This record gives sequence, C-alpha cells and structure tokens, in this order.
Amino acid sequence: MNHSSNSPTVYIPRDTTALSLGADKVASQLHSQQPDINIVRNGSRGLFWLEPMIEVTTPLGRVAYGPVQPEDVASLLANDFLQGDSSHPLYLGLTEEIPYLAQQQRVTFARVGITNPVSLADYRAYGGLVGLQKALTLTPQTIVDEVKTSGLRGRGGAAFPTGIKWQTVLNAPSNKKYIVCNADEGDSGTFADRMLMEGDPYCLIEGMIIAGLAVGADQGYIYLREEYPVAHQILNEAIATAESENILGDNVLGSGKAFNLQVRLGAGAYICGEETSLLESLEGKRGMVRAKPPLPAIVGLFGQPTIVNNVISLASVPDIMANGAEQYQEFGTGRSRGTLPFQLAGNIKQGGLVELAFGATLKTLLEDFGGGTRSGKPMRTVQIGGPLGAYLPEHLWDTPLDYEAFLAIGAGVGHGGIVAFDNSVNLSQQARFSMEFCTIESCGKCTPCRIGSTRGVEVIDRITNNEQREENLELLEELCDTMVHGSLCAMGGMTPIPVTSALKHFPEDFSPAEGANSSSQQQGAEHA
Amino acid sequence: MTQTSNGSELAATINSIIAEHKTLEGPLLPILHASQQALGYIPSEAVPMIAEQLQLTKAEVHGVISFYHFFRSSPAGNNTIQICRAESCQSMGSRELEAEIKQRLKVDYHQTTADGEITLEPVYCLGNCACSPAIRVNDDIHGRVDMNKFENIVDELLTVAVELKL
Repeated sequence: MNHSSNSPTVYIPRDTTALSLGADKVASQLHSQQPDINIVRNGSRGLFWLEPMIEVTTPLGRVAYGPVQPEDVASLLANDFLQGDSSHPLYLGLTEEIPYLAQQQRVTFARVGITNPVSLADYRAYGGLVGLQKALTLTPQTIVDEVKTSGLRGRGGAAFPTGIKWQTVLNAPSNKKYIVCNADEGDSGTFADRMLMEGDPYCLIEGMIIAGLAVGADQGYIYLREEYPVAHQILNEAIATAESENILGDNVLGSGKAFNLQVRLGAGAYICGEETSLLESLEGKRGMVRAKPPLPAIVGLFGQPTIVNNVISLASVPDIMANGAEQYQEFGTGRSRGTLPFQLAGNIKQGGLVELAFGATLKTLLEDFGGGTRSGKPMRTVQIGGPLGAYLPEHLWDTPLDYEAFLAIGAGVGHGGIVAFDNSVNLSQQARFSMEFCTIESCGKCTPCRIGSTRGVEVIDRITNNEQREENLELLEELCDTMVHGSLCAMGGMTPIPVTSALKHFPEDFSPAEGANSSSQQQGAEHA
Repeated sequence: MTQTSNGSELAATINSIIAEHKTLEGPLLPILHASQQALGYIPSEAVPMIAEQLQLTKAEVHGVISFYHFFRSSPAGNNTIQICRAESCQSMGSRELEAEIKQRLKVDYHQTTADGEITLEPVYCLGNCACSPAIRVNDDIHGRVDMNKFENIVDELLTVAVELKL
C-alpha cells in the first residue's frame, strides 16, 4: 500500500458480492471525482446487506459507509466522509464496532476485509507467515501433532479430524506426495471459501505450504470451481507474488524446502467437490467417484499419498501454528473445536459471514445476526449444510451448532451454510428439486444415485398428484433407504436427507391440494 | 473470442495450446479450458489432435468434454448469461425469475437468442447467496436481480455490442 501522508485512504471491496452490487462503479466514480484519493481494493467484511461498504481511515480507526451506490459518491464527498463525518445517511460508524462484526469471533477470517488481499506487506503486517516460519523450525511429526491437538476437523462437511488425515499421509511411504485444496465448494448457501480466497489468499497458500512441510509434499493444487472467476484472478495474483518473494518455489523463505502451487479450474460439475471425483478430474478424467478404500491419503492424486482438504481447513492452520493448538481448541464445545465461519444466505435480511465458535444456536444466527427474513414474512424453514442438508423447522433452531448435536437431529452442520426460507416455500417442491439436482449432477457411476434420483422425482410427483399416495410414500422411503445405503459417495447417500427432512417436518406440503398445485408450477419452471 | 475461419488456422491454435500445456501434470482440463477460451468452444477437430498428443483415445477426450457442463462443442452467442437455480436463489424467487427471463429472451436453457447475442445457461451456485437471486453475465456476477435490473443489464450488453460493431 502506498500511503502518502496527505492523500486519504478509502477501502472499496473487490469481493464478488461487492462487485455484484456495483463496487467497481463506486470506485471509478470516486476516482473520477477526486483522483488524489488512495483507493485500496480490500476483501469484504462479510456484511453483505451493506455492500458495497466502503471505509475511510481516520485517526479513530476505519469508518464505514454503506451500501454505497455510484450516485452517493458526490454527497459523501460533500459531507466530508474522508474525515469520517457522521452526518451522511449511509454512515455506519467505526467498522469494528458494528454489532454484527463486533459480536463475532474472527480467527480464520481475522484479516478478511481488512487488508488488500494481494498485498504481501499487508499480510505480513497482520500476522501472516508467522505460522509458516514456526513450522519451518519443527519436525513434520510435531506439525502434525499440533494440528491433532487443535481438534481441527475438516471444514468441508464430513468433519473428519484433519490431524489424523495428515498423519496417514505422513506415514505413507512415497517420494512424491501432494497437497490438494478442494476449492470446489458448490453448495448453495456457501461462500466462505470464496470469501477467504478473495479476501486473504495468502492465508490459504500459507496453510498449504505448512501441510506440505508436515507430510513431505512439494506440490500443491488448488482445484477451484469455474464459477468463481474473481477468486481465480486473485489467487493467481497472490501465487505469482508469493513465487517472486520466495514464499512458494524451490526455496521456501530461504529454508531449502520446496513447495510449488497451481490453481486448476473445474468445469461446472458439482460432483467434483467430492474428493475422489476431484482427484479424477485433476488427473484429466471425467469426475467419476472412486471406491474407497484405498483412501486418497494412501492412494491419491496420480496414485500418490495426498492430503485433500477444504479451503477453510487449510486456512485454519496458519493461526494454529502461529498461536498454538491450545488457544485454538479452547474455542468450541464438545468434540467440535475452534470456530466455524457460518454463512447466512437465502431469504435473510442481514446475510453474510459470521465466524463463531461452535455451540451458538441457529436461532442466534438467524435472529440476532440475520435479523429475520428479507421479505419480511415469517421464516418457515432453514436448510443447513448445502443442497444435501436437512430442512429444519423452527422448533429445532435451538440446537447448538456442533457436529454431534446436529447428527442427533438427523442433520449436519456441514460447512456452515445456512439458507433461510419464508412461508412462501413449498417443501414438496424443494424435496423434488433435491432429487432433480441429483439427476443432473450425479457422476453416474453407481445405480442408486443415478437411477434412484430419477425415480425419486417421479415418485414425489405421484405423491403430490395424489396417485396411490400411501404406496408411493412407502416407496419413496424405501428408495431413500437404498440411496443412503447403496450409493458410493455422499451425493447419492445424502440426497435423501433434504427429502426425508421435508417429509418429516412439513408433511402438509405433500398433501394433494397443495402438492398438485406446486408440482405443476415446478414443471412450468423446469429446465430444458 | 475469435471465430477462426479456416481449418489450418484452427489446427495451429489448437496445436499451440496443446504444446503450451502438455508438460503439466494432468494436462487435459487445462487444454480444454484454453481451447474454449481461445475459440469460444471446443471444435470436433480438436478431439483427435488432443487424443493423439496425450495418448488417449478419442472416446476418452470426447467423454471428458461431454461430462462437464462448462465445456461446449459448438459456439455460444456473443454473451453467456447463467441463472443460478440453487436453493438460496430459489428462496428469493429465482424460479419466477428464470421463467420471466426465458420468456423475455424467447429461449430456453442451452439456447441462443435469434440475434445470436445471448446464450442462456443454468448454473448451480455462484457463491453470492446472501444477495440472491444471482446471475452471471460472462465473467460478471450480479446480485439481487429482478426483471428491472435484468433489463438494464441486457441493455448495457447490447449497447456495448452495437458500439463494437460500429
């Protein structure tokens, strides 16, 4: 960053969401009206209903204004927002004191929204690379032990203990090992991976290098979904800078250790978020699921031992190394340690990213943070953990957010994506969509998933059309059971979760009158 | 995106893309991405060339192209618009929005408007779920889209297209 003493600094995010609401136009408007302003393009703070939220540095700290449209720029300048003037209607006060942000426990997202994501100087100034420097002084086993002690579990959804996975790869005898970052988060309602990659890419890069040191891998790949063009650009900028500064390459921070990293783009296949499909895709094949065992930790990319971790899992590691496993595992509850970035999405007034220790309730997130629905109608259900997650009714919103507590109510925390629906939702439509989604996105390798989902759509249609209702309800249950127990991977195995949760908690939506109506609507809006 | 007019030019483009990516580990997807970026689609002529140089069968290369939603075997319109069909956008009315957009453009998914300007595609999550419904226009993502906003986006797209042609 280039702070000259008399040119004020204004932060305008370049995060996808801020851009999707006009951040670039705001930046160019501000630049054209006052060219001497130092504009920094930061990540988003994750207060998405306020985007584009711009900040100005003042002696008291950063002051925020939002949501700012290009036509607001003139009045902001007239009101002297560059001095943090409080009289403008878009004035939000000191950013850090906005309750939505102040009440969070930001650990993994500590830098996101604060720094210029591609500035290494910013990254270093805010505690970056401390974890890597420490890891370079430790033995691989010590690094793995530290991750084990932290209690970190995979943040992609399956919640497998990260340290155990790393130990398996460390123990696997091979001259060539890989670190693969699963950045193919394709679940509706999730954007934490995207935000982290766009807002603090060096944190992911640092986490991957530490993983490489831990297991003896010198090559990493970030498998990124094609749907994230902004993240792609920012990651590539960050990797190029990290290479030029010897953070990546053949001599990591002068240690003599090598770690190289490339971004690889997916091509619009949801199934490639499943780790074995992802590896097939990286190898240049169709993204077809592999049978396990062998685990990727033993036979992974190109047949070599491979760590496959989610973005947030890897990005949690630098903090664990820098500040110690103990302080990380002090966050949380039960066997769910640390923090999880929850994502409030869908029909929600104050959507955005909320990083909290495990143990908060859904109600806290939906009401205290989310502020209810955007439509203003009563909230009826939330789907948590992506399109293969359960639809939960209000009486379950008091469940504390931890992996075991959610398992007990037939749901999963997954990656913390929470999609809210108001009372205009029809749950038989949503159940039908889950099956339909599976027909479109199944890799096709196993019959329960490929054919089961096709039959699932038909059976739900028959139920909502009141054709042999009782028999078809029974058939749907059997079909779901077959998919759960007969599918090779979580795609077929979890598709029944939204279906059975919708049936269990909202049976009235499958009643003939309502159902027949919704089914014809659904078919009208169906894809080609 | 350039429409290559003659076969030898096309072959030269594909050959140079293959040469550039061949030494990567797992080079097929990067080659397909680069081809589609350069040409707008992956022409059938590319399949045997890629197969031969990567020592794969033509069926294997074709199988990969057809597996992934993003790869296309024929040219798209000048612009591609994707509408998110995932749950978060559904909760904010994307089902109605997609029906209205199809009607407005007079196309269904995977089709191109009569003037060749816009190809319409479905997409499952653009990661903009707190500002649903979302659409993607080429590489730009738009949030909280309604028909009013959509009309403005299309107007802007087509105005730019006309200016370029002049």
